[in-house]
Amino acid sequence: MGILPAIGAKEVNLQLGTTSELLMLLAGMVYAVAFVLWTLDLVRSSRTVRELEASLREQEARELVGVGAGAVRGGRTSHANSEVEGQLVDDTMAYDRSAPRRGSARVAIAVMTLGVLVHLGAVITRSIAAGRVPWGNMYEFLTTGAFIVTAVFLIALIFKDIRFMGAFVSALVVVMMCFATMGFPTPVQPLQPALQSPWLIIHVSIAVTASALFTITFALSALQLVQTYRVKALAAGKADKLSWMRLVPSPTSLENTAYRINAVAFVLWTATLILGAIWAEAAWGRYWGWDVKEVWTFIIWVTYAGYLHARATRGWTGTRSAWLSIVGYACVVFNFTAVNIIFPGYHSYAGVS
Amino acid sequence: MTDSSSPGSVEERPADAQTAVVVPKLGPLGMLRWAWTQLTTMKTALFLLLLLAVAAVPGSLFPQRSQSPEKVIQYIKDNPFWGPVLDKAQFFDVFTSVWFSAIYLLLFISLVGCVMPRTRQHWRASRRPPARTPARFSRLPESGQLELADDTVSDDEVLASVAKVLRRRRYRVQIRPAEGRVGASVAAERGYSREWGNLLFHYSLVGVLISVAVGGLFGYSGQRILVEGEGFTNTLVAYDQFSPGNRFNAENLAPFSVQLDKFSVQFNRQERTDGKYGTPVDYEADVTVKDSPDASPRKTKIKVNDPLRIDGADVYLVGNGYAPIITVKDAKGKVAFSGPVVAVPQNSMYLSLMVLKVPDTGDPKNQLGFQGFLLPTTGFQADGSAVSIDPDAVDPTLQLNSYYGDLGLDGGKPQNVYVLDTSKMKDLNNRTLDAGGIVLDNTKAGHTYTLPDGKGTISFDGLKRYAGIEIHRDPGKLWVGVFAVLAVIGLATSLFVPRRRVWFKLEGGLAGGTGSERMIGFGLLARGEDPRLRGEAQALREILMKEIPGLTPVETTSTITTSQRTLRD
Repeated sequence: MGILPAIGAKEVNLQLGTTSELLMLLAGMVYAVAFVLWTLDLVRSSRTVRELEASLREQEARELVGVGAGAVRGGRTSHANSEVEGQLVDDTMAYDRSAPRRGSARVAIAVMTLGVLVHLGAVITRSIAAGRVPWGNMYEFLTTGAFIVTAVFLIALIFKDIRFMGAFVSALVVVMMCFATMGFPTPVQPLQPALQSPWLIIHVSIAVTASALFTITFALSALQLVQTYRVKALAAGKADKLSWMRLVPSPTSLENTAYRINAVAFVLWTATLILGAIWAEAAWGRYWGWDVKEVWTFIIWVTYAGYLHARATRGWTGTRSAWLSIVGYACVVFNFTAVNIIFPGYHSYAGVS
Repeated sequence: MTDSSSPGSVEERPADAQTAVVVPKLGPLGMLRWAWTQLTTMKTALFLLLLLAVAAVPGSLFPQRSQSPEKVIQYIKDNPFWGPVLDKAQFFDVFTSVWFSAIYLLLFISLVGCVMPRTRQHWRASRRPPARTPARFSRLPESGQLELADDTVSDDEVLASVAKVLRRRRYRVQIRPAEGRVGASVAAERGYSREWGNLLFHYSLVGVLISVAVGGLFGYSGQRILVEGEGFTNTLVAYDQFSPGNRFNAENLAPFSVQLDKFSVQFNRQERTDGKYGTPVDYEADVTVKDSPDASPRKTKIKVNDPLRIDGADVYLVGNGYAPIITVKDAKGKVAFSGPVVAVPQNSMYLSLMVLKVPDTGDPKNQLGFQGFLLPTTGFQADGSAVSIDPDAVDPTLQLNSYYGDLGLDGGKPQNVYVLDTSKMKDLNNRTLDAGGIVLDNTKAGHTYTLPDGKGTISFDGLKRYAGIEIHRDPGKLWVGVFAVLAVIGLATSLFVPRRRVWFKLEGGLAGGTGSERMIGFGLLARGEDPRLRGEAQALREILMKEIPGLTPVETTSTITTSQRTLRD
């Protein structure tokens, strides 16, 4: 065999594979519960908002000379470090320890953590059952990707107050799990000969991670667009129809965060492209042949390169930048689904017949 | 009145007091310069990038000649109007098309035109001391003041401590005496490698492009099918298919030879219910290689992800199939054909299409042709028709039709080996005829068949496997790899190394000893994205407070990142 055991297992543990599938289903259901709880947190936002405003007013009353503190504007207090009037969270996404607790969010985080642990168990059992890394076909790519999205979110949540993203992220993860378990369930099986290469470990894992990060920036960019729309409506004097968005930072803050994450993801995607080319040279004889998947990987790369350039281009920051990020993610989704299923090519390793 | 006909002259607009704008008239050189300036702006680069992304989409939607020429032909046949139109517009050769090439070439020109002046600029900037100390720090994103109560420390000592702390944090530092309105100050800058990384990334892209071009021009690729036992020598005639670059020289073919000794396949034999039973899980080709005519032969293996790398070329395993060994005897009993016949797999069960042309039957009017299927493992469907139920050769059979007549080979026109032209032939064996079709298996009784009308016999003598190999030579590919890796290093550096300027200056009170408190102002500026600027300001304050006793913070201002958006790094 000569290749690492992580790739070349010829026999699989079917029983453990079934256990993995059950755990995946369970994780998906737990994520769905977490989604409901996060939504509850947003729905209850009006009460949260009232509590936050009350605590902010208390704070301001205690401070004698306000340097950099928020201003009280006719009952609609703002957080220090917020760009939008009425915004109750910090634009640097730092936790406000003195703010009242958001009970629903706490439970949501606990449930989501439980879900990610079950999910981790599912990924590990799948890996042991197949005798290799758990990203050898579409099903595994998507389920492992969903795990990374949730893990990155929860870890970031320890350091930054990104509770506003909870509902969006858990919704995306539930969709990913449903797609994988219901759209193209793939029982555990050995890898096709073409995929039996150490490059599978590194090329696909980086691709999964980059895709997971692009998912998160998609959520941030979508929220940025909603917040921009809301800010414009408020500036025009209209009533605040989306008052739960007061728990979301300003569009600029969202854009900056999205940029930072997209920068990391872009480097990872460049690495994906190059490693894929190196693997293609070893497997197919040429490092680049404009195969459908290669074309779409290139399109995604160029789109996000445009996104990075837009950052330094007058008139292309703000909403346009958010749209570029969203279009880029649409290409990522297309690359993953349509290219694997509709277009036959060298890259049809979906595992889907 | 000025002469408006000479180039570069000023043309005044008639009598409009409000529009006092005077627009210089551009001559042809001026126009070119303007066009060049437009081409090298960020906006143009952004536009070209997005256009490139859109232009690549048709390359994935329409079949491409470079990948599957037969699909292109089929598409044109299926779409009699749009097919030729798209072909003319090069939609089946997108990535070598005029319009796609124009976009990426323009993009590269724009890239070079923007990056070269920036290289000059940065080279100069990296040799100069840090930037001038601003008069007011309040405009900077991070600024503040520190109060020094301790009188025993002189101004010079304070500045020296600040400089030491900054140097430890990898800044380039310069201590400056007071000048004009600005007191004595320490100026520092770090992160020059951010721009070097940016330049490296963009130059590496140019390197990639050049290496790709060189590789394509001087390289070649070719294909060959090797049946077990067959050998291949790297000469032009030995290839089944060959495509060279424009500057390829046939003398550059590395003189190696490869012989396929054995080809083995490992199948998934685990009990399972998902239809994956029997699928191939591993391919292995055992070969004997001679690197040059006088080198000693060596044995090695080629696998799908493990090509044979010889000095001057690489050999890849790309396909495989079965080659039944067939013997055809003519009407007089003489052997007209004997040997393996390559059969082309049609599905995952390795149902293989076989075509055999036998021209040497001794009678030009009675040449023989056979066409049909090899079934590696024969099973029968409910209606009695035969089907291959497993890709492994457990119970192979040949199901053939036969023809007699003129194969059309004498006409001089080249024919496809895998297609039988029956236009000048008559049916001999066929399911619809009384004689029926030919069915050969590997039993003693069933492996020979006598053709009707005494035309001869055909026998199925054995089954060999064959491997499809591809030979590639690309002299530029190593450089593509090198430049690609350099590009990633440059990219990461340009995105994650912060470029910062820090200033500390003595404000208010003059040299110590008078008892008045001294104020030290500080300001920080980021050149490009730097989300950690505030953290740096904080860290510097804390370190300095430890370093210089008696230092206390007075006020700190941080502008929220709103206005920090810089347009150019």
